[in-house]
Amino acid sequence: MILSELSALELGAAIKRGEVSVKEAVQAALDAVAARGGALNAFITVTGERALDRADKLQAGVKDAQSPLCGVPMALKDNICTKGVKTTCASKILGEFAPPYDATAAERLERAGAVSLGKLNMDEFAMGSTSETSFYGPVKNPWDLERAPGGSSGGAAAAVAAGMGWYAAGSDTGGSIRQPAAHCGVTGVKPTYGTVSRYGLIAHASSLDQIGPLCRDAADCAAVLDALMGRDPRDGTSLDGRYGNLLSGLTGDIRGMKIGLPGECFGEGPDGEVKAAVLRAAGVLKDRGAEIVELSFPVLEYAVPAYYIIACAEASSNLSRFDGVKYGWRAAEYDGLADLYRKTRTQGFGAEVKRRILLGTFVLSSGYYDAYYKKALQVKAVIKDAFDQAFRQCDLLLTPVTPSTAPRLGESLPDPLKMYLGDVYTVPVNLAGLPALSMPCGFDGKGLPIGAQLIAPRFGEGRLLNAAHAFQLDTDYHRRRPKGGEPA
Amino acid sequence: MIGMELVDYIAGLSQLELAPEEKRAVTAELERIVAYMDVLNRLDTRGVEPESQVFPIKNVLREDEVIPSQNREELLAGSSAGDPEAFLAPKAVE
Amino acid sequence: MTWETVIGLETHVELATRTKIFCGCTTEFGGAPNTHCCPVCTGMPGTLPVLNKRVLEFAVKAGLALNCSIARHSRFDRKNYFYPDLPKAYQISQLYLPIARSGAVSIHTDAGDRTIRIHELHMEEDAGKLVHDPRTGVTRCDYNRCGVPLIEIVTEPDFRAADQVIAYLEKLKETLQYLGVSDCKMQEGSLRCDVNLSVRPLGSAQLGTRTEMKNLSSFKAIARAVGYEAKRQIGLMEEGGRVVQETRRWDESKNVSCAMRSKEDARDYRYFPEPDIPPIELSEEYLEGLRSARPELAEEKRARYRADYGLPEYDCRMITSDKALAAFFEGLVALGTPPKQGANWIMGEVLGALSARGLEPKDMRLTPPALARLIALVGEGRLNRNTAVGVFEAVFDGDGDVDAYIKAHGLEQVSDGGLVREACARVLEANPRPVADCRGGREKAFGFLVGQAMRELKGRADPQAVRRALRELLG
Repeated sequence: MILSELSALELGAAIKRGEVSVKEAVQAALDAVAARGGALNAFITVTGERALDRADKLQAGVKDAQSPLCGVPMALKDNICTKGVKTTCASKILGEFAPPYDATAAERLERAGAVSLGKLNMDEFAMGSTSETSFYGPVKNPWDLERAPGGSSGGAAAAVAAGMGWYAAGSDTGGSIRQPAAHCGVTGVKPTYGTVSRYGLIAHASSLDQIGPLCRDAADCAAVLDALMGRDPRDGTSLDGRYGNLLSGLTGDIRGMKIGLPGECFGEGPDGEVKAAVLRAAGVLKDRGAEIVELSFPVLEYAVPAYYIIACAEASSNLSRFDGVKYGWRAAEYDGLADLYRKTRTQGFGAEVKRRILLGTFVLSSGYYDAYYKKALQVKAVIKDAFDQAFRQCDLLLTPVTPSTAPRLGESLPDPLKMYLGDVYTVPVNLAGLPALSMPCGFDGKGLPIGAQLIAPRFGEGRLLNAAHAFQLDTDYHRRRPKGGEPA
Repeated sequence: MIGMELVDYIAGLSQLELAPEEKRAVTAELERIVAYMDVLNRLDTRGVEPESQVFPIKNVLREDEVIPSQNREELLAGSSAGDPEAFLAPKAVE
Repeated sequence: MTWETVIGLETHVELATRTKIFCGCTTEFGGAPNTHCCPVCTGMPGTLPVLNKRVLEFAVKAGLALNCSIARHSRFDRKNYFYPDLPKAYQISQLYLPIARSGAVSIHTDAGDRTIRIHELHMEEDAGKLVHDPRTGVTRCDYNRCGVPLIEIVTEPDFRAADQVIAYLEKLKETLQYLGVSDCKMQEGSLRCDVNLSVRPLGSAQLGTRTEMKNLSSFKAIARAVGYEAKRQIGLMEEGGRVVQETRRWDESKNVSCAMRSKEDARDYRYFPEPDIPPIELSEEYLEGLRSARPELAEEKRARYRADYGLPEYDCRMITSDKALAAFFEGLVALGTPPKQGANWIMGEVLGALSARGLEPKDMRLTPPALARLIALVGEGRLNRNTAVGVFEAVFDGDGDVDAYIKAHGLEQVSDGGLVREACARVLEANPRPVADCRGGREKAFGFLVGQAMRELKGRADPQAVRRALRELLG
């Protein structure tokens, strides 16, 4: 049995049957980290010893475990708090920060038998679309080491693609799970806002952030979501719901399901190869009995500006607490309180984070609030209505995840506005709080993966995963593994 | 519309320092981004409620029951000042 | 020129909840630094606030009692500023949709009645405590207070003099204490008041430039600060100067206020709706429930005491000066104690004993049944009042069992007419001269004989009965 070829559920089943020990699985993942981790720079912190200890502890109970993922090694994006384990948000300012508590998501995964290998690299404070803004250096795309893995959960996508763990928990504020999943050829889900607790997720934009899985396929995503989702009394925005039946709901039967293609997502925006691959995916779904309908989403162009106003405004406030007083890095030399604040923040944050803090401060500042922030909230409501309209005509929407495949390293950062515009297909989903999934649906001429996005109405995770599962029953894009970073 | 003076002002509010050349670059960048955001003005939003919550969730309340506080050592562990009882800041009391 | 002083108040009141507004840490006063803290109230990254149900309830109760209209749709906002007492660098407060608005409070001063309009009442979290250590030049941050629930009550500029301000604050304090939403202890900071003050020529409709005064830690300080600031502003105006809008700090030791250093940009708080807390929607049933559960307030009690018990105004005020004291009084009356007698005991012995011990009425161990019994024994002539006071002192701190104490100490009044007569006969026999004087018509001698007889009876007899027996024996 070649462990790296198994999905998380397959590995979980093999562990339960006693064919593989938890320790063997952990060791295989740690070997992959040792072999490829350096080249890919996917991890900020590797907790190998902890993982091996935990493997020993879990082994005795695996046979009777309820969770299909018991004993399966995985990793967490480095913005999810882990008690006593460094959680840096890929920032200098939280360089040595070891939180005094565990995030609810980390606790829930642990309860489901997860074995964490460590903390994954990302864009600093999840701000970026390439995982290049990390203070700990850029993550490399395992399909092409010259390219970015997408972001901000780039470490998570690269790790899962390269077999350094069988799944990962990332976070998605404007596409930060779906976009790197697309660029690295893995399956990722941004769940309905409020279904996964944000308690312990270091906030980027509170009204948009959501934790979700990056996995090898839709079935693994379903299993991870079954563990992650649920109301949390520590998160006031978490929703009541009927959780826990996603995996058992995967039938692959999508006959009669109406899948809408918004014309605006297939116009001038996407590259030809991306457009063609997503339309081919529509064909696969149609062949399995889905009905394809064309419709219009006229407010698409307003999503990116509204998103950046809201996200930056909230971020400017959320990141104010990093001032060198209570935790994290403190400037070495300063003269008085104000100077401590300014030096710590100026030297502790990277350029993209500072740009967004300034932008967010601007849109909230006296005299500009109504024109920008309030307007953006209104646009958000309009976009939500537009989705409601669309879902009167179909059950799911199908769009590209990104206009193009993974960019070359260094190509995106000089033009932030252009980078922001690349989020056009993913950010409307966060503004409306909806669930969406990114799945591999082909490769371009350079051999880079292409992602298709499925969007469902609120609480539509089951439908979303079932459609992706149906697609994956008839395709093998999700089974292909990149070689980047393997020792020559 | 965004001048250096405004950038100085928002940098002050954000407790960030910008070196002169950095300030010029940031001003130009923000100018471009904000100009792009003005696209929103093309959308008529009269009568639309500016709600920050997308879902009709309300009245999420906790019972008034004491939960034991956290070990102080753990809370202070991340403080670079290393005092056993308090977080320390440069003089802040007027 | 005659000047008019115009004052508005912003009062912060700490709510008497068990836990903080957004986490389960205790609100108990004091405690070693940073021991009433958790990741939420110390603003650790990733933590989230969840609103305490009782904070909402208390805020609505206060709003109703101050005759406000309660917002059916309300929410929290973030107020952003950097300061070490605010670990998140934003305070969760309410700007756009406060829980209550447009109230009114009527106050009474020597100059007559006046209505003070309430602009708004909102919920927010308290900040931490900073202690500057002059030895090390460092400020120590204690976050025990962080997240303690507050309501801020903002009045319209409706005050014209310091005595009105004090009358309002007393009324506010009394109301909030009776509602049980705050203990309003100024010395522990659970009631804090900022004074906005301006002056203008009498008759002018326009408001002058105002200053805001902080650090007022007692009613006395507020009265003095108002006087000082009005005089300062009038002085400035009369010299042809102008008042600068600023925040001033009251220095209680020097009885002066001085301008606080403040940066202009610090005023741009960049308020925006708090995304971590869903909005609050209150139903009519919820409001009705709180309306009907409202306890009787002090003013209503005073009116009732006057009307139903005929108590003088002074007694009414004394008794209702504290909620627990009023409850004690009502306990006595319910047990059949005549109201005026009950009031006298409370204003005399009870308050005396409390003040001698430095206790608050709510901490008193003596129960209404014990005092009611004592008062009844005096009324029935089975205990004389002086003895009763002794018993009161003895049982005040203990278990309050009056009968057991009287029995154990043999204090019950001698009601056996035969015993009294025998004792009186012995006294007459032993004092022939006073007896003769007495028969000669000297009343003073009779008084002496009564005193001797009471002594013979160890003070446990009804003096009236002794007088009657002596008169009979003297013929």
